[in-house]
Amino acid sequence: MTTIFGLPLTALLGQLMVGLVNGCFYALLSLGLSIIFGMLDIVNFAHGAFYMLGAVLTWFALTEFGLGYWWALLLVPLVLAALGVAVERGLLRWLYRIDPIYGLLLTFGLALILEGMLRSKYGVSGLPYSIPGTFQGALNLGFMFLPKYRAWGVLGSLLVSLTTWLVIEKTRLGAYLRAATENPALVRAFGINVPVMITITYAVGVGLAGLAGVLAAPATQISPLMGANLIIVVFAVVVIGGMGSILGSIVTGLSLGLIEGLTKVFYPPASSTVVFFIMAVVLLVRPAGLFGKEK
Amino acid sequence: MKRNFIRYLGVGLLLTSAALAPLVIYPVFLMKALCFALFACAFNLLLGYTGLLSFGHAAFFSTAAYVTGYLVKQQAFTPGIGILSGTLAAAALGLIVGNLVVRRQGIYFAMITLALSQLVYFLYLEASFTGGEDGLQAIPRGRLFWVINLENDRTLYYVVLAIFLFGVLLIRRTIRSPFGQVLKAIRENEARAVSLGYDVNRYKILAFVISAALSGLAGATKAIVFSFVTLTDADWHTSGEVVLMSLLGGMGSVYGPIVGAFSITALENELSDKVGSFVTVIIGVIFVVCVLVFRRGIVGETAALYRRLVGSESTRAASAGKAAGSEQS
Repeated sequence: MTTIFGLPLTALLGQLMVGLVNGCFYALLSLGLSIIFGMLDIVNFAHGAFYMLGAVLTWFALTEFGLGYWWALLLVPLVLAALGVAVERGLLRWLYRIDPIYGLLLTFGLALILEGMLRSKYGVSGLPYSIPGTFQGALNLGFMFLPKYRAWGVLGSLLVSLTTWLVIEKTRLGAYLRAATENPALVRAFGINVPVMITITYAVGVGLAGLAGVLAAPATQISPLMGANLIIVVFAVVVIGGMGSILGSIVTGLSLGLIEGLTKVFYPPASSTVVFFIMAVVLLVRPAGLFGKEK
Repeated sequence: MKRNFIRYLGVGLLLTSAALAPLVIYPVFLMKALCFALFACAFNLLLGYTGLLSFGHAAFFSTAAYVTGYLVKQQAFTPGIGILSGTLAAAALGLIVGNLVVRRQGIYFAMITLALSQLVYFLYLEASFTGGEDGLQAIPRGRLFWVINLENDRTLYYVVLAIFLFGVLLIRRTIRSPFGQVLKAIRENEARAVSLGYDVNRYKILAFVISAALSGLAGATKAIVFSFVTLTDADWHTSGEVVLMSLLGGMGSVYGPIVGAFSITALENELSDKVGSFVTVIIGVIFVVCVLVFRRGIVGETAALYRRLVGSESTRAASAGKAAGSEQS
């Protein structure tokens, strides 16, 4: 058997693959956080809860309505985007003129409400969701077995991240969005409806979190607690990458996932803390973050 | 003259009722509330008076609790030295975290403190001296200064009350000192404070260390009161709870967080048997309501109401109230 650093190559590649999948979720979530922060000046603490809700709804759609994975992939992000519209119109709208701290606190409360409700209904043990038929089994690449679902998880989220990047960087809507992030008053003066754009931004961000939840459903344990622990890691990812650049958050998310996977191979006890250590080092060396510019 | 008299009367009444409270209310509940009240006041030194939202204060609370618990249980330290060591450990951690966190401004402060406290949480989960998932159990209360037997709940209550008063008075003194004025200047307009020649980061770090040390004092005391320390103390829920206590009570005053801490502790005491994990939902709803309509908190809103009522009677009181208002907000 081929070995690298005394480890079987297949085990190493397997862990790297798991790391890559996690990295994709980090990328999707930090992408959503970044665009929401850019437009609303709010750090959306409920992002992890929306991700969790996406996964739970995927499970719910199957067990209650018999709607399979593909339906969930289409419908759940839409449902969450609608929820996002309601939250932005009903709650966040009142906070734009005051200290951004309050936006964080409100979304924190929201996260507690969502988590607590699902927790008292479903408990903390995982809800089972099997991998959809198309993606069962693994591909034999010769040097390793690649589980089909993981390959899809990576491909799907990369596709979505890159599409989001293209929309923001290359389309007219994206140009309005970037302009409104820079100077909302001026963009309004040009006759563009900025409040509606803010609502759309929040809805898209929340929808992306929901999509990540659907993608995660067959790959991880679905549990009401899955979002809270993830969002803290994603905060660290955002601090490391800086929230200024979209491509930056994708790259940072993926590479931190890979580093986490590698840590799991070489020194397992540190795998849950390595991202936070990297954050501390980045703060010492380059306080503004790898891709960020300090305001 | 008359105002001062009313003030002294109020303080006297409060102290008397604090001294008599354990005759009526279960002392362990009171001690828990006092520990969290001190924790919330220490936290609010940052949020209310420096304008910095730390979402990771559970790290200091739990560090002190673990250090105290370990030293008293495994190394047979007396509780006094144990609490002191725990407080110092929290201050040291505060110095490290403070130095890292002042490197970023604004909302990043909250995210970095949260991430670093999660790091601390995972370290305690893996470490051996913390007992991992089991935590530290059966920490002896022992004797304070080798004489005072802390096994008695009422005796311990008065010790905890003394620690609490010491902490709160220290915070009050800090806020009213020239140092505290600089902190408020940073909160109001950081760029201006820099242009006046203040080394803003050093002030922030010192405020962070004081806040961490007093949070540690609260955590260390709680470890002695309950005789156990678990990972719950290091969890981010604990960090969130102390934010809520300040917000609910009113972060504009020294005493607001005390009111908030007593309210939340009482609420959880009442509800946890009845509704189980649904209590998280209630806490979340209080958060949302506070942020939307109740940003000054219980103490702040009451004071505003009082000023409105009194202000309509005499203009002098109103202008005095306005001065107090600008002091607070």
